[in-house]
Amino acid sequence: MPSKNYVCIICPNSCEIVADFSGKEVAKIIGQSCRKGEEYVRKEIVAPERGLTTTVPVKNGDAALVSVKASKTLPKELIPKAVSAVAKARAEAPVKIGDVIIKNVLGTGVDIVATKNVSRKAGINTGQD
Amino acid sequence: MSEMIVKSVDVAVVGGGPAGLSAALSAKKNGAKNVLIIERGESLGGILNQCIHEGFGIDSFGEALTGPEYMQRFIDQVESERIPYMRNSMVLRVSKDRKIIVSSKEGLYEITAGSIVLCMGCRERTRGQICTPGTRPAGVYTAGAAQNYINLRGYRIGERVVILGSGDIGLIMARRLTLEGAKVLAVAEIMPYSSGLPRNMAQCLYDYEIPLFLSHTVVEIHGKKRVEAVTIAQVDERFKPLKGTEKKFECDTILLSVGLIPENELTRDAGIMIDETTGGAVVDESLQTSVAGIYACGNALHVHDVVDYVSLEAEKAGKSAAKNAAGRQQEKGTIKAKPGEGVRYVLPHKVSGHADVKFSLRVSSPERNVKLIVTDGERVIKTFMKTRVNPAEMIQLPLKKSEISGSREIIIKLQNAK
Repeated sequence: MPSKNYVCIICPNSCEIVADFSGKEVAKIIGQSCRKGEEYVRKEIVAPERGLTTTVPVKNGDAALVSVKASKTLPKELIPKAVSAVAKARAEAPVKIGDVIIKNVLGTGVDIVATKNVSRKAGINTGQD
Repeated sequence: MSEMIVKSVDVAVVGGGPAGLSAALSAKKNGAKNVLIIERGESLGGILNQCIHEGFGIDSFGEALTGPEYMQRFIDQVESERIPYMRNSMVLRVSKDRKIIVSSKEGLYEITAGSIVLCMGCRERTRGQICTPGTRPAGVYTAGAAQNYINLRGYRIGERVVILGSGDIGLIMARRLTLEGAKVLAVAEIMPYSSGLPRNMAQCLYDYEIPLFLSHTVVEIHGKKRVEAVTIAQVDERFKPLKGTEKKFECDTILLSVGLIPENELTRDAGIMIDETTGGAVVDESLQTSVAGIYACGNALHVHDVVDYVSLEAEKAGKSAAKNAAGRQQEKGTIKAKPGEGVRYVLPHKVSGHADVKFSLRVSSPERNVKLIVTDGERVIKTFMKTRVNPAEMIQLPLKKSEISGSREIIIKLQNAK
C-alpha cells in the first residue's frame, strides 16, 4: 500500500504521522497522538493550509511596526500572495490586538488582524503648543 | 556623590520577560503584597516582542498565539494587579543579603528584597564563541538580532542568505526571510540532526524547499566590506571538515542560530552555584538557588523549548519567593538528582522527597523507542517509555512523593527499550 509521511505542525510534539493510501483514498492514518494530528494530515492531503504572520508599518505609533496574523489558516499556496497584499497595508496608531487591518484578504473570507497593541506616539495631534 | 534611592520590597523580580511576568503574578497571588519587576528593556514581554510567529500558549491557553499576544495576556494581568515595574532599568548587582543595585533614569536604586527571583532569560551564542574562520565583513547576524531588525524595525537585512545552525530561531527566520522576499540558500548544521523542533523543520524549511545540510559546518566566510560568499563542508564524527566536500554559496548575509546561553553574570557575581551543563543556577524543588531567598526560573535557569513551560516554572518560583518573603518554612532539598547515561541534565538538582516533583531534562542525542529510567542509584523507581526523544525538546517526568521519599539520590538515564 503506498504511504506518505507527515510531521504534524499543530503543536511542539511534532508527531510523525503516516497516511496509507489505497488508490486515491486514505485507508489509514497512524502515528498521531491526538485528533488534531489526524485532522491536520487529512487537510494536508486534500488542501494544505497554513497560518500567516507578518508586520505592517504603523503611522504615528510608539512602535514602527505592528505584528499581524491571518485570523484563520489560509490555503498554503496563497501565503506568498497574501504576504504581498499585507505588505501594501498601513495602519494608524492606536492599534489594539484583534483590530482588523485588512478585511477579507484576497477574497478568502479571512481577515488580517493586529497581534500587538501600539499606542499613539506621545505629542502627536495634541493640538498647538 | 549623589545618594542612592533606597527601596524595600517583598519580592523583586529581575527581568520582565515571560518568566518575570509569571513569577511576579504568582508571587502576588500567593500573598506577597509588595512585588516589583525590574526590566532592562523599553517594554515588558522580553523576547516575545519580536516572536511574531504563532505557536505560543498551546499548553496554557489551548490556542496557538503569537508571541506578542501571549505576552500581552500576562502584561494585562500585571497591570490589573497593579504590580509596579521599572523599565529601562538595569540591575548591576544582586548580593547574597538580597540587595539589588539598579541603574535607571532617576539614578541608582538600592532595593532590599525579602526574596529575589532571577528571570534574566538567555542570549544567543555569537560568532566569536563558535570561531568561524574567514574575514570579518558586515552581514553576519545572530538569528535573534535579524528577527529584531525585521520584526520590530522593518529593516531589510539582505537578499541572499545562508543560515548556520538549525536552532528554532534560525528556522523561523528562514521562513520569515523567504516571505519577505529574500532567498535562503541553505541551512548548515554541524550535528547529524537538527537542533530545532521537527515541526519547525517541516513548516519553515520543507514548505519552502530550503535545503538543510546536516553534518556540515562553515569553513570560510568570504568578503571584505560585506559578506560575498560562504563555504561550508561536511564534517567527520569529530566535527573536522572533510576535504573535497566544500560547497560555496554566493550570499550577502549569514545568520547564526547556534545555541542559547542562560544570562547569569548577576548570578555568578552573587556567588550563586552554577550548573556548568545548563549554564543556570543549581536549584532545589522550590527553585531556590544555593543562596537562601534567591530563586531562578525560565531561560536563565535552563533554555526551554516552549514558553508555556517557562511560565509554569516561573509560577512555581514566584510562589516559593512569596512563601519565603512571608517567613514560611520551605522544604529543603537533600536528595540529589543527577543525569545518567544519555541524559544531558536533570532539574531540579535537589529534592526533599516530601512533595511530588516534575523533573525537567534533556537527552544527549535523538533516539527512538527508548525508556527513561529513574533509579535511586540501585533500585528502579519508575520507567517512562518514549517512542521518540530529541535534544531539541525538554522532557518532563512527573514523580510522586511516595516514589522518591527515602531515596538517597535520583538518577535518570536513557536506555534502549529492546
